[in-house]
Parts: sequence; C-alpha cells; structure tokens
Amino acid sequence: MSGTYLGMPAFPVAAKAALGNETLRGNLRHATHTIRDKRAKAVAELDDWALLREAGKQIKDHTLRHLDRYLVQLEESVTAAGGVVHWAGDAAEANRIVAELVKATGETEVVKVKSMATQEIGLNEALEAEGISAYETDLAELIVQLGDDLPSHILVPAIHRNRGEIRDIFRDRMGAWGRAAPEDLSDVPADLAEAARLHLREKFLRAKVGISGANFMVAETGTLVVVESEGNGRMCLTLPETLISVVGIEKIVPSWQDLEVFLQTLPRSSTAERMNPYTSMWTGTTDGDGPSAFHLVLVDNGRTDTLADEVGRQALRCIRCSACLNVCPVYERAGGHAYGSVYPGPIGAILSPQLRGIGSEVDASLPYASSLCGACYEVCPVAIDIPEVLVHLRERIADRGGKGHRLEKAAIKASGWVFDHPKVLAAGERAASLTRKLHPSRVPGGAAWTDSRDLPELPAAPFRDWWKKNRGEKNRGEENRGEKNDQGGKNNRGEGTAT
Amino acid sequence: MSAREEILARVRAAVADAPDAPPATRDYRTTHTAPERIVELLAENLADYRALVHRTDEKGLPGLIASLLADRGSATVLAPPGVPPAWLAALGPGITRIEDNPDSTARELDLVDSVVTGCALAVAETGTLVLDGSPDQGRRRVTLVPDHHICVVRVADQVVGSVPQAMPRLDPTRPLTWISGPSATSDIELDRVEGVHGPRTLEVVLVEG
Repeated sequence: MSGTYLGMPAFPVAAKAALGNETLRGNLRHATHTIRDKRAKAVAELDDWALLREAGKQIKDHTLRHLDRYLVQLEESVTAAGGVVHWAGDAAEANRIVAELVKATGETEVVKVKSMATQEIGLNEALEAEGISAYETDLAELIVQLGDDLPSHILVPAIHRNRGEIRDIFRDRMGAWGRAAPEDLSDVPADLAEAARLHLREKFLRAKVGISGANFMVAETGTLVVVESEGNGRMCLTLPETLISVVGIEKIVPSWQDLEVFLQTLPRSSTAERMNPYTSMWTGTTDGDGPSAFHLVLVDNGRTDTLADEVGRQALRCIRCSACLNVCPVYERAGGHAYGSVYPGPIGAILSPQLRGIGSEVDASLPYASSLCGACYEVCPVAIDIPEVLVHLRERIADRGGKGHRLEKAAIKASGWVFDHPKVLAAGERAASLTRKLHPSRVPGGAAWTDSRDLPELPAAPFRDWWKKNRGEKNRGEENRGEKNDQGGKNNRGEGTAT
Repeated sequence: MSAREEILARVRAAVADAPDAPPATRDYRTTHTAPERIVELLAENLADYRALVHRTDEKGLPGLIASLLADRGSATVLAPPGVPPAWLAALGPGITRIEDNPDSTARELDLVDSVVTGCALAVAETGTLVLDGSPDQGRRRVTLVPDHHICVVRVADQVVGSVPQAMPRLDPTRPLTWISGPSATSDIELDRVEGVHGPRTLEVVLVEG
C-alpha cells in the first residue's frame, strides 16, 4: 500500500477538498445517519446505560492510575499461560519486533485482523520493507488495501466508498493479490461479500502466521479479547501456527468481570448491535486448539506522554467504538481522511495530537477540527469529555505560539481596538455596507480558522444608520453613548428584526 | 534501560501526581430480564440476528438434526468427540459422520458440509452462544471453517439472562468463542450481509425438558 498519512495537509485544507466531493458526502451522510439512529435504539434497550457508562469510565480510570501494576500482572499471566511478552517504546521498535518474529518462522506472508494499533505504527509498510506481505482480511480493510487507499473510519474503514466503487476495486485489483473477482461481479453487497470470501479463504487456509490487535487484555487472567463480525478475526486467531498480537498498553482491564461492562457497551455503541457476531477470547496457548506460539507486543508509542497530561489522559479510556465519529457534524461533512491520522473524528482530534505531539501542522490543526457541540461526549460509552480535551489542547497549542493562533490573536487584538473607538467602527461599517458586492466570501490570507469559515453577508446599511433613520429621532447625535439609549431600546423591544 | 523498564518508569512518572482512582462501583444491573422471559428472549434475539431457531425435546432431537442436515443436502457432518451419539442416531444413509481429527488441516475442514456441536452457555439478552472448547464443542476451527453450524442448547441448565450472569460461569483459561448470529458484515454501505468468512448458516436447537 502506497497510501500514507505522512505529508497530508492540515485539517482545514483537507476538509475543504473533501467538502467538494459529492459522492463522498453522500456516502458519509447515509452511513453516519443510519448507524446513529440504530445505535440510539440499541442503547435504549438497557435502562442502566448511564450506570454502565460510569462503571466503564471508572474501570478505565482506575486501570490508568495503576497501569504499571496491571502491565506487570498482565505480563505474568500471559507468560504463565504460554505466551511471550515483548515491550515496544515506539512504532519503529514494535515493527522491528514483529518483523523479527515473522522472519523467525521462515514465512513471508501473514494474515491480519483489522487493528488500529498496527495501522498506527505502519506495520504493513514496515513488513513490506522486510519482504513480508501482510494481507488485511477484514472486508473493509481489504477494500482499502486493494484500492491503494486509506481507512477513513475506525469501525468501517471503507465508509467513504459506495457499492459501485467497491465493485470496481474488486474487479480491477483482486487478481493482482490472489484469486480474481468474477468477470461479471455485480454491485450487490452479498455478491461483493462472496467475492471477498473466496479471495480470502485461499489465504486463510495456507496462512502460518496471524497478526492481530486486541480490544481488551485482562491483567488478572492474561486473556486477550477480539470483537468482530465477519469471522476473519477467528480465522486469523485460530488457523495459523503463530499468532502475534500488537496492543497498546492502555487496552488493559484489571479483572475478568470487567469485561461484562464493555461487552455490553462496545457492540451497542459501535455497530449498534446487542452483540457483535463473533468475540474470541484466548489465554496464552491451548494444546491442540489454535496457534502453538503466541506473542504479545505491548506498545507505548506516545501513550505514556498522553497519560502524563492531566486533562488529556482521559483519551486513553477510548475503547474504539467510533460512536463519536457517527454523530459528529464535522466528520460527517469532512470525512475521515481530512484528519490526516489513523484515528479520525472527534476521538482522533484529541488522540492523534497527544500520541504524536503537536509539533506538525496537521496535529496542531486537529484540536480545531470541531464545533465543540458536545455530541461526541454524549454518546461516548466511557464518558470521555472530548470538548474539554479539545479546548485544553487548543490552549497548549496557543501557549506554543503556533502560526494559526498568532494570526487569530492579531485579529482579535485589532477588532478590540476598533470596538474601543466607536467612530472608527461606525465609519468602517458604512464603508463595508457600501462596498459589500466586492467582498470575498472568506477573510483573505487568513489562518486556518478563517479559511474554514464563510463570512456573513453584510446588510445594505449598518444597524446604526437604520436605527437613526427609523427609531432614533430622539437620540440623534447620541448613538455612541449606550446608556442614553436605554429608554428607546426598551420601548422597541420585540421589534428588533431590522438587520 | 530496556523498553520494559523505560515504559514502566514513564507510566509511574506520568501518574505520580494523578488523583486517586478507586476500583469501579458496580451498581449497573445484573440482568434486565425476568426469569420466565429468558428462553423466549433468547429465541427472539437469535432470530433477530438471523440465526434459524428450532425447539424440541430430548426425544425429538435426533430426528430434528437429521432433517436439518437432509434439508440442506449435506453429505458430511462433523461432530466433535463429546457430542452424544444419540444426537446423530437418526441420520439417513446419505450422510457420513466425520470425527474431528486433531491433525486434520483447515483445507480438509473446508470440504465438510455441516458441523454439529453443543455449547457452554447461551445469553438471552444478546442472543449469544458461547463455546469453550469442551469435548462436545471441539476445537475453534471446526465451528468456523464449514459453512453450516447446528448448535444445541440445553435450555434447563445452559441459558442465562445477561452478560454479567455469563461471566462467572465461564473459565477464562479455555479458549472462548462467543457467537451471535451467523457471520455478518456491514462494511458495504452499512447494509448487513450474512456470511463472509464464518458459517453463513447458523441453526440453533433449543432442547427443553
């Protein structure tokens, strides 16, 4: 796959381009509205949802507060169950460990379960550089991989593609990767799924190495959990001889019982189902059933930095359900690619800049990729206050004196001076009204903030002039002294539709 | 310093000044379902996710399994060694029972038409079957590679109302597979399509009495 997030433009530029793509907007609108309505119904079935949400939040907060203890306990449990635990400080280290483990098996092909962590570290590309082909087996990931594309959603990575586009990708590209799609492939979802089944089964049946992430790891028992729908996960987790799971260190829950909370909240929040079709749980290795070698690679890659931020650390509670994407008005219009990050949408806007740091223009722009409407917080099953973190990150970026922010500050400063000098303001308004046909729709040469916003249309006459002419006879000449206008204002309250 | 020591040190430094976070309060419900509704709810939720649900008693079970296999036109049926012989006692002459051979390859399994297993338990509120690799359920791959799975649930002692009721009854040291309806994908325009990789047909037999 040659697609990459590196060098992507910052959010406002990418979003503007995405807004011009009508197919993309149509696909996204259909998908996000469908799933958000279904989710609301699935959640309404549990009258203790608020308590489950609070328990989920508390379990994660407790785990993060004592993460060192639970990581060590997990390592002991996994080792006792026959697994081998590896630790990786960053993406490069994780990729190196996985590549070495694959090479040690003598294989040059691996099958993969969809995993955010392996996308985050760019594992497929790193393996390719070592001569190892990594086949994505989730249907949506397959669409993305064959299309030489990038995922745009946490749960349904090909949400930006419609059935016609998917048929074209399968017809044109499957043959180059293995079993070709039928010549007369239709765009009916069942036929597309069948083509994927036949194409991938060939790979599953010969695979010797599987690579996965995990939704949860239980410190107490050493159990890993993968939640999925298609069965490609089960294939990758049970058919190969060697299983390598690459998991972020924040994915721990302390006890077996804790799973009862998340197995209720995750499926309903993500696919809006009471339960996803398949959940696999395994603890080390089992004689005669499944892989005979199991490796767990624990990945930091910016998580400890995130943990150190007292407001931002709550992002590590995320269970990757993607409910926040589906309710976000900004995501719905801009699409996942605009975020320039593996984690798109509201959670991506707070997670990516924390995992990667706010040094790049993309990352510094992400906390601004939000209207702060709060819908993401409402639906989050672990109650991450995403707006709070967005504002906090904006402050951090402001403190660093980022380019965009300096311009913003200059604009506010200038407007402050004008507001302090009423005659200048009045003259400016009049001039603006008289020349309004000539105005651009956006503030020219501006920063990210202004680029992504249309200017309001100016009225034909400033309000002050209208007031003077229609209502302000008694107050002529005093329009700049607000306290004297109180009487007139009161008398006319309720009619103020002038502008 | 090794990566392990460095990560642990970074974690400790990151939370050194963090406020206390005690273990969670569990005041959510243990179940949402009245006991007398549990079996009906299980049947409804299984069917809602497009599993085919059948109900019978011990006596009717062999005949039902035989007719389900015949209706599908299966020539081979795999049953793990712990499946009671009585379950497959009524098979017609056209159907061959295959033992699960631990050395059999995934390719050999791919040629099997149907598989019949028991389960560890079933969860009514979510419409879920849980398999734990016991002798009547077999290795994980036998319920995965063939395209048709018949799963027998003993209503009297294997059905629980909720996920919180299921957890204490399961053994985490065993490999567990939770199955809620047949394999499905919603990756194409969020339309649900049954069957990508797992069995495309899941039949659940609820055995009462």
